Amino acid sequence: MDPKRKKDCHDSGESTRVASTFPDEVLERVLALVKSHKDRSSVSLVCKDWYDAERWSRTHVFIGNCYSVSPEIVVRRFPNVRSVTLKGKPRFSDFNLVPPNWGADIRCWLVVFAAKYRCLEELRLKRMTVSDESLEFLALSFPNFKALLLHSCDGFSTDGLAAIATHCKNLTELNIQENDIYDKSGCWLSCFPENFTSLEVLNFAYLNNDVNFEALERLVSRCKSLNVLKVNKNITLEQLQRLLICAPKLTELGTGSFLPELTDRQYSELKRSFSICSNLNVLSGLSEATALYLPALYPACTNLTFLNLSDAALQSEEFAKLLVHCPRLRRLWVLDTVEDKGLEAVGSNCPLLEELRVFPSDPYEEGIVHGVTESGFIAVSYGCRRLHYVLYFCRQMTNAAVETIVQNCPDFTHFRLCIMTPCQPDYRTNEPMDKAFCAVVKTCTKLRRLAVSGLLTDMTFEYIGKYAKNLETLSVAFAGSSDWGMQCVLGGCRKLRKLEIRDCPFGNAALLSGFEKYESMRSLWMSDCKVTMNGCRFLAKEMPRLNVEVMKEDGSDDSQADKVYVYRSVAGPRRDAPPFVLTL
Amino acid sequence: MDGTLGLLGGGGGGGSSGASTNESTVSKVEVVEQDFVGMSSEASSYPAEAELELGLGLSLGGGGVKAKPCTWGERGRILTAKDFPSVVSHGSSVPSRFTDRATAASVGPVSGTKRAADSVSQEGGSPTGVSQVVGWPPIRAYRMNSLVNQAKSQRAEEDKSRDASKKKIYSKTDPAAKEKCHLGFVKVNMDGVPIGRKVDLNAHSCYETLAQMLEDMFFRSTTAVSSIGSSGEKEQSQKASGYKLLDGSSEFVLTYEDKEGDWMLVGDVPWGMFLTSVKRLRIMRTSEANGLGPRFQERNDRQRCKPI
Repeated sequence: MDPKRKKDCHDSGESTRVASTFPDEVLERVLALVKSHKDRSSVSLVCKDWYDAERWSRTHVFIGNCYSVSPEIVVRRFPNVRSVTLKGKPRFSDFNLVPPNWGADIRCWLVVFAAKYRCLEELRLKRMTVSDESLEFLALSFPNFKALLLHSCDGFSTDGLAAIATHCKNLTELNIQENDIYDKSGCWLSCFPENFTSLEVLNFAYLNNDVNFEALERLVSRCKSLNVLKVNKNITLEQLQRLLICAPKLTELGTGSFLPELTDRQYSELKRSFSICSNLNVLSGLSEATALYLPALYPACTNLTFLNLSDAALQSEEFAKLLVHCPRLRRLWVLDTVEDKGLEAVGSNCPLLEELRVFPSDPYEEGIVHGVTESGFIAVSYGCRRLHYVLYFCRQMTNAAVETIVQNCPDFTHFRLCIMTPCQPDYRTNEPMDKAFCAVVKTCTKLRRLAVSGLLTDMTFEYIGKYAKNLETLSVAFAGSSDWGMQCVLGGCRKLRKLEIRDCPFGNAALLSGFEKYESMRSLWMSDCKVTMNGCRFLAKEMPRLNVEVMKEDGSDDSQADKVYVYRSVAGPRRDAPPFVLTL
Repeated sequence: MDGTLGLLGGGGGGGSSGASTNESTVSKVEVVEQDFVGMSSEASSYPAEAELELGLGLSLGGGGVKAKPCTWGERGRILTAKDFPSVVSHGSSVPSRFTDRATAASVGPVSGTKRAADSVSQEGGSPTGVSQVVGWPPIRAYRMNSLVNQAKSQRAEEDKSRDASKKKIYSKTDPAAKEKCHLGFVKVNMDGVPIGRKVDLNAHSCYETLAQMLEDMFFRSTTAVSSIGSSGEKEQSQKASGYKLLDGSSEFVLTYEDKEGDWMLVGDVPWGMFLTSVKRLRIMRTSEANGLGPRFQERNDRQRCKPI
């Protein structure tokens, strides 16, 4: 039952409407079809009527920084929201650069939502702190609750999941993705009531404890609409085969362990089960998969558009053979165990590829390491001309290689290159990697996200500022020579929204050169740079609508601002900041 | 003041990178920074630093030699902000600062990356440069945890110089092995530890080496447990060395489940026979292992949570 605006009662009687004014009801109907939140923001700026119509018709709210706004402000502006996406901590918290208990607790949001959004159906959280009590509160407060996605969150245990399973009678999605979760036991899965049948998405691939398999099997059988199932590594192949029989309509499957442990008869049954799964678009898991059993998958791969092998340490031969059966692949995630030879196979077999992520299997070089080099990347670029998203971890790269790659694939929107040893130059010429990134920003005019690495001087940043006119997110580490580099970026990248920097020689001059710009950005992160407390205080004083937060490290100089996080906010300074976060 | 700042902000606005703009920006910066103690000389030292950094970079390059695991000292140091000459001297050298950070995990619950850095530097061999930097390479903690676990059991395997060929880093069973003996990897769980491991039995030829490796895995290194400390997770107090799993002298004993589902003490049968019948391993508390013998049949259903 949507609360109606007071205005409605008056409007229906009025006939003094200007001919060109759209009736509100029609406007709202039209706006209901506008989904993109960027478009909705534009709509709301047109005029007061449109602002009102937009706010009443908005059902989904995306909040990229939970501290940029308060829950009270959100519910006041948008009364009819049913779906909320919230992001909390700065992205570098993924890499342990943010101490625990930093904040971004969902609790205060839930309390306000429980009062104003009784019909809340979906909650998607990334990098938020969520306690078991909050999960239980969520489960009990929203009778229509349907979808929960927790990505890179922390603070909860499997007890919280048990509460969700027990109380959310209409749950359609439970997606537990890479969280810092206290995995006490797998009992939570058994908490789904026996008459519960609405589940469509279940992802517990990243949990470590055994769940009760019989309970899982019964759950999968009775949830006839289940189309996404991602199980954890403890589910054996034999068990997986039984699950596939119950759910042949799956579109997304995450297997458990693919360890070859079956008898011949069981293996044939597995093959048969996979051959029935003709609807699979997404496949992941496959931990400990070997050449031996991969052929069982072949019949299920015909319609695959996304293959996630980042948990499967495949070698190039078996990987190449698998790819032959995946002609429609558009997204591919692999470990660098496939090496350059494997990437050559990608180039040969996947002409439709749009996204490639290559993760390092041995980032600390504990074994005999080969991984991938620039040749693999080049090979992919020749074969996959539609490539526009890449995340590539490697140990060597050359400027010439990157120049070739972007010539082959000029449509990059996301270019994230991680040369794993900091400050490493072009290994052939010993020059800095400036030319590489210059080529990227000059050639790829649609570039929205860039992560740089290797030995870089200010020249890279001059070029970024000059050419990367669509750049929205920039990640920089161990790069640059002086303040000038950062100043170029802040001055030149008009659309910049997120800037995250670590261990670079950028100081107060750089920080302050962007002080007007920060209000048009979501956030700025600078850690272990040359910024001082005074510089931060100055920024805070001049820009009251920015929150300038500093975290100091033990043993560092008093004047140094070790970690600086600057973000725009209409909610004012944080009220829940822990002692180690200094709000200036 | 406002006028100066406005110009400062607009200095780079046009995106032009002419030298004159640079200088005027720098000079304005100096005007602004006069107000702050100790900052005015920073701006002027940059040109020299730029050369210094490039010089260091070139000498680090190593003439096209592929990056090999090497000590941090050989590779050169990461050039961080603190390397550049500045008015405010920080005193501490780079490596110790990073190591301090890596070990200052006392802030509370720690996720895998920090511990991985710790444990890597404690294991034999020289720590690589990459592992000394917190949060680098930028890989999410979850992935780091699973990689660390895999890498440890892999390295134990490589140390036996099983197969030095590069293809077999994650060496899997070849088809012949499948029939002959049980496949290499079996699960190992230890009482009180929520996360199990896997070991490759093919990497061992006798009970002693297997026990040694398990002792290393569970008792000596920090287990990469992803946990939140708020609920008081049980502390693993078995950090002391000298636990012997095979001779019954320690608090724990090594057991295995055989093909018939029985739990047996490890070490009673010849190694080859053990290999053909073992399904999985469990490091059990000695107190719970009473009555466990070669032919004693008892399905121990406390090895992990079996919810109803």
